[in-house]
Amino acid sequence: MEVNEIIKPENLVYKKSRLMREKPFNFCPGCGHGVVVRTIAEVIEEMGIEHDVIGISPVGCSVFLYDFYNFDVVEAAHGRACAVATGIKRVQPSKYVFTYQGDGDLAAIGTAETMHACNRGENIVIVFINNGIYGMTGGQMAPTTLEGMKTTTCPRGRDVRTMGYPLNITPLLAQLPGVCYVTRHSVHTPGNVRKLKKALRTAFENQRDKKGTSIVEVVSNCNSGWGMTPKQANEWMVENMFKKYPLGDMKVDGKLVMDMNEPR
Amino acid sequence: MEERELRLMKGNDAIAEAAIRAGFDAFYGYPITPQTEVMEYLMETDATARTGMAVLQAESEVSAINMVYGGASTGHRVMTSSSSPGISLMAEGISYIAGAELPCLLINVSRGGPGLGTIQPSQADYFQTVKGGGHGDYKLLTLAPSSVQELTDFIPLGIDLAFKYRNPTMILADGALGQMMEKVALPPQRPRLAEYPDWATNGTPRGKERRFITSLNLLPKEHELVNIRLQAKYREMEKNEVRYQEFMCDDAEYIIVAFGIIARIAQKAIEIARENGHKIGLFRPISLYPFPMDQIKALAENPRVKGFLSVELSAGQMIEDIRLAVEGRKPVGFFGRQGGMVPTPGEVEEALYKQFNIK
Repeated sequence: MEVNEIIKPENLVYKKSRLMREKPFNFCPGCGHGVVVRTIAEVIEEMGIEHDVIGISPVGCSVFLYDFYNFDVVEAAHGRACAVATGIKRVQPSKYVFTYQGDGDLAAIGTAETMHACNRGENIVIVFINNGIYGMTGGQMAPTTLEGMKTTTCPRGRDVRTMGYPLNITPLLAQLPGVCYVTRHSVHTPGNVRKLKKALRTAFENQRDKKGTSIVEVVSNCNSGWGMTPKQANEWMVENMFKKYPLGDMKVDGKLVMDMNEPR
Repeated sequence: MEERELRLMKGNDAIAEAAIRAGFDAFYGYPITPQTEVMEYLMETDATARTGMAVLQAESEVSAINMVYGGASTGHRVMTSSSSPGISLMAEGISYIAGAELPCLLINVSRGGPGLGTIQPSQADYFQTVKGGGHGDYKLLTLAPSSVQELTDFIPLGIDLAFKYRNPTMILADGALGQMMEKVALPPQRPRLAEYPDWATNGTPRGKERRFITSLNLLPKEHELVNIRLQAKYREMEKNEVRYQEFMCDDAEYIIVAFGIIARIAQKAIEIARENGHKIGLFRPISLYPFPMDQIKALAENPRVKGFLSVELSAGQMIEDIRLAVEGRKPVGFFGRQGGMVPTPGEVEEALYKQFNIK
């Protein structure tokens, strides 16, 4: 059988969303970012909202989003995505606005902007990539870096006595009344990607139904920053990151569903 | 001539009323003395009910300026107002707005610094406003009103210029202008925008290419071109947007150069000096960027003019631009009060006599 005989519509199992441009990703091979970025595009395409969507890409590995998407994107300063999203949403309440933020962006420099946007219940979607490290600047300690984990600015491992504890921010945000939906996912297996896609769809539907802030956290890898192969990184993530940041829903439809006694 | 409504208004209230009437889509701000009444007035008079304008109190000036960045990126008329320490916090966002070429209106009802300083009027933010403030080579179109009326008029003008050049406009006022009451002729209500520029990221229209707003360019070759384009825009602004006022300069032997509130005091000092037989004139830059270089140069080249005195509420900042314009042709003296102190016309008059050995 020739290759061309197989390329038929009825044999199609997966295709790139038409909302993705031809531009190759600048993410490192093996990184979870690319999967999350294209999954967002798929959800927006399936909901048919691409003419009404505005993405916010703040500084970090997320900053080049506008290169990848076939819909409007605004770059933001480091940490300011939620303020920029607020500024857009308040003058364009009928549009879909989402931010795509890393852990340094959302949980360190942008903590105030994130916390207050959530507290106002801004009707936006926040996609939060938690890989425990600053990827773009080359692997420095993030607020979410695990205890004992080595980075270029904690080369002997994060010492919580002097460097603070890993900041588990989404359960904190879940407790704010303005927040409607908080969920945590990963993209290391096809099954997990499917769950993420469903969660993203829920988040955008919440925005459509004006339910308040939806937060979709993705615990991801940074094989380059972690100094591992992609496979090792995923295994390390499952073994270590998921213990501190367990997957699952924290808040659904405005109701807390997590067990606050569990070590989240 | 359009029908104007006369009212006695405090400067800060006039800013808010003028913003509503100018058809702004949003005001994002954070309280700081001496401009807090701006947002209070917007809330009290229910700007949102009047025009649909969004008014939001942010959690910080950092957030407020980034909300402005967001609103401006969608091609809406957005603004913020603050005072000196708050403007310092906004510096990062202002640089991004200038770099991404977004139109918006910024107002600094400035106060005495450095640091927490004082809440009294000052012009010590001149450098911050016209020489940078944030990082990178950028310029803010800067308008300096000297009355509540001008403050009011500069609000629609400021945002219209911002859209004309895709550049932020700054109104550099001061605590006195914000707090004092004067008669104001208010313009009629102007509608909010119904159409937005092609570059605005407010959802990709069907059949159109997606838009994006950014100030990022990793390739230096490309980024130099961006900077060259920005500079070309600034040259265009310098060509078209110089604004100034001359008072009794026609026969003047000495010229006071002053902007904003202090120009009012200088004008009084000149009237007194004229009564005493001294030919003094006032040159008032209204646009601080672009600075009226050529006009001051022309005065310096006039053989009748013997010297200049820069009068400022600072240790002397605008004087550097005056000296650049004068290029050593005539002496340029300085008189200023600092830290929130405002001189009387008598003090200005005395300083003038002392500087130029006249009496």
